[in-house]
Amino acid sequence: MRAAIIVFPGSNRDADVARALTRSGAEVVKVWHADTELPAGTDLAVLPGGFSYGDYLRCGAIAGRAAAMDAVRAHAARGGLVLGICNGFQILCESGLLPGVLMRNVDRRFICHRQSLRVERADTRFTSVYAKDQVIDVCVAHGEGNYFADPDTIARLEGDGRVAFRYSDAAGNLTVDANRNGSLNSIAGIYSEKLNVLGLMPHPENFVEDLVGGTDGRGLFESLAA
Amino acid sequence: MKARPMKARIIVTLKTGVLDPQGKAIEAALTSFGLSGIDGVRQGKVFDVEIAGDDRAAAEAILKSACEKLLANTVVENYAIEIA
Repeated sequence: MRAAIIVFPGSNRDADVARALTRSGAEVVKVWHADTELPAGTDLAVLPGGFSYGDYLRCGAIAGRAAAMDAVRAHAARGGLVLGICNGFQILCESGLLPGVLMRNVDRRFICHRQSLRVERADTRFTSVYAKDQVIDVCVAHGEGNYFADPDTIARLEGDGRVAFRYSDAAGNLTVDANRNGSLNSIAGIYSEKLNVLGLMPHPENFVEDLVGGTDGRGLFESLAA
Repeated sequence: MKARPMKARIIVTLKTGVLDPQGKAIEAALTSFGLSGIDGVRQGKVFDVEIAGDDRAAAEAILKSACEKLLANTVVENYAIEIA
């Protein structure tokens, strides 16, 4: 598994996701946003969390039009894997690689806490190490994570099984309290039509070491490297 | 003498039905000042853009492209272009 992490001005979780990938056996290369090509042999392009371009205009709006994103789009069109975490999910939506948009959290607050997620399917390249309906313990840290799309898009995502993760309680129930940012249908992450692009707001890369409180995030990187 | 650029204003607003937490917070703040009669606040964005030349049709096309490509996210936002 060869992973290319795209670094934008204001990305700040690139080192963490690199660490999570390398400990799962992936080879990691960093790519600057102005680069027009991904390294030869790239299997996975990663858009890390952070605050690209200071969240100016809209979160992910300017990064979504960066030169490297043309290369990421071409990679995705060839069936290559793409993972966007937090700001990376916002960038995927702004770049048109995933539908919908991440709006300001419903209670207007930046939220930063541990979060239970329900794994909606375990038959993709991103989740094969997990079980369907498994509840995993990860972290969220965002101000704009409120997933929104028009009713037709939501119906299509649901009908095609493209919801990857949902905010749940520890037992896997979808409650209003567990869905702190107000996302439609408690959506925490979605796939592209061909299931090769995944965007999610929570940070699995935060929880890959016992030292920092949890290891449930490992499954995503181990699935990718498997 | 160099011609003065055309001045344009682009107004980006949230579509009807899209939740606007910031607008709600502003509305609550205004109400807390004792200002009565405010029934709703929606927050938007304004971009003042200068465009070289005097071809209004060309300017309109450029600005429309700017809105579609970057300035508005048409999933949730509408835009209006005014050229002075």
